[in-house]
Amino acid sequence: MQLSREEEDALDGKYGEALATAYRILLAIGNAMDADRLVPVKWAHISGVNYNTIGDAGLAFLEEMSRDALASNVKARVTSTLNPMGYDPVKGYHDDRFVERQERIRKAYEAMGIIGSYTCIPYEVFPIPSRGEHVSFAESNAAIYANSMLGLVTNKESALSALASALTGKAPYSGLRAEEARSAHTVIDVKHEVNDELDAALLGYFAGRVNEQCISFRFSSGLEGSTPIGTDGRARINAKALCSALGTSGSAGMFLVTDSAASDDDAKHRIEYTARDASMVKDELSDEDEGDAIVYGSPQLGLNELWMLANMLEGKRFRKRCLLFCARHVYEEARRIGYISVIEHAGAEVYADCCSCLTPLISRDEVDSVITNSVKAAYYLKNWNRVSVCLKSMKEIVRDECL
Amino acid sequence: MIYSMQCRSIVKGYGEGYAIATAQPINLLSIDTNGIVSDSMHMLNGKSIAGRVLIFPNAIGSSVGAYRLYAAMMNGRAPSAVVCSKADIITASACAISNIPLVECHGYDRLMRLCSNRDVIATVNATNASITLRVSQD
Repeated sequence: MQLSREEEDALDGKYGEALATAYRILLAIGNAMDADRLVPVKWAHISGVNYNTIGDAGLAFLEEMSRDALASNVKARVTSTLNPMGYDPVKGYHDDRFVERQERIRKAYEAMGIIGSYTCIPYEVFPIPSRGEHVSFAESNAAIYANSMLGLVTNKESALSALASALTGKAPYSGLRAEEARSAHTVIDVKHEVNDELDAALLGYFAGRVNEQCISFRFSSGLEGSTPIGTDGRARINAKALCSALGTSGSAGMFLVTDSAASDDDAKHRIEYTARDASMVKDELSDEDEGDAIVYGSPQLGLNELWMLANMLEGKRFRKRCLLFCARHVYEEARRIGYISVIEHAGAEVYADCCSCLTPLISRDEVDSVITNSVKAAYYLKNWNRVSVCLKSMKEIVRDECL
Repeated sequence: MIYSMQCRSIVKGYGEGYAIATAQPINLLSIDTNGIVSDSMHMLNGKSIAGRVLIFPNAIGSSVGAYRLYAAMMNGRAPSAVVCSKADIITASACAISNIPLVECHGYDRLMRLCSNRDVIATVNATNASITLRVSQD
């Protein structure tokens, strides 16, 4: 990779250790991905905020980085935002040790000029740059959403590469940043109807297994209704679910939706997705018909989902504990509109600044099994929190679990 | 028998150890601080990567995975080198901050064949871009 004189100097430590580390990360990624140069990015969205996932080693790394940055007067060069942390600081959490470490992580990031957004749906909270602009998004659902739904350009970054992009304002020109990579070799012929967010997520999880950078979906023309994936209303809820599941099972950073009438002769490879595939994916993740608690979120719910849920819940009450995760900004807005009070009246606990994935709030000591509509939550609850999972759509959960 | 293979250097350095190889991508988040793979859906579930030459195609899933490899390193339980068939952003950034030599091997299928079902000592020289395998007779 060709570095400019200034970039070489930064790599050699002329501007301090923080920038040297940032450039070392970018150089390794550039080497891995055959990049020839670094390009400017408009926005970095950083993961690796939750103490539960990065642990003491991550905390030590970030505090050192933050100290070095302060010592050499280095701050984020572009808009930089953060993924969810491990708990809701307004509600608090009983484990003082956890809270103390989580707060240190928060301080380390914020001291580097990074915005404490604590959301995995930055695309529903912050203004969106123009189509074609480069960004550097670590959270996989956000990276896939940015590439596929917003026309922004990013790789599926790592926590560290996004942090390096925040401090340098740059990313290696490689992978999905090159126009020629933004087309699909594999087309998935979707022969099974996608009616809700769970259907979309099962499809996403299936597609991730193809293990390609960019995947195309072709929704069979025989199916009713318009394309189930889009940026408005229910189609957007489906898109978010698909992005998060796709990001969980594989390395794809982007998908395309091919018109069913269009020719796709360019595609080298074609895979059918049928009802059988959907139920195989579901069976792999969902091993219970029942659950002790309900979890909505991952990604965090946006205003769309809260509106939909509030409408379904009017006058109803959950029969069991229900945890729901959203972005702080969305929470405040939904509270003003009145969705939050409807949802809380139904007995749900609404958490902000954190999310279901890898939160200590859901522990095996308290629940054996969880009901959720999120395939990503299911994957992590099963593998990380070690609880059993029952997958149902948002609507099915309200139908089956409310009085 | 000794086999040599060419590779592409991503993060420079030198590492040696028993090879642990899988054809299945790894979600690095599933690696615990002791360097043990903890993913019930993975063929390496329960196995340790500490001090080994870890051979896997690429990382999948969580963008935070890089910190898990770093944590294993801080705990003295990192792999001595990593070989990928297609090095990715998560693995490259993890190895960069953890000073773990990383190479990309294009003869990956051959590498997998040589490493399956027997003890293999792998030497990765990421500075001159070579892998050497010492395969015990069986």
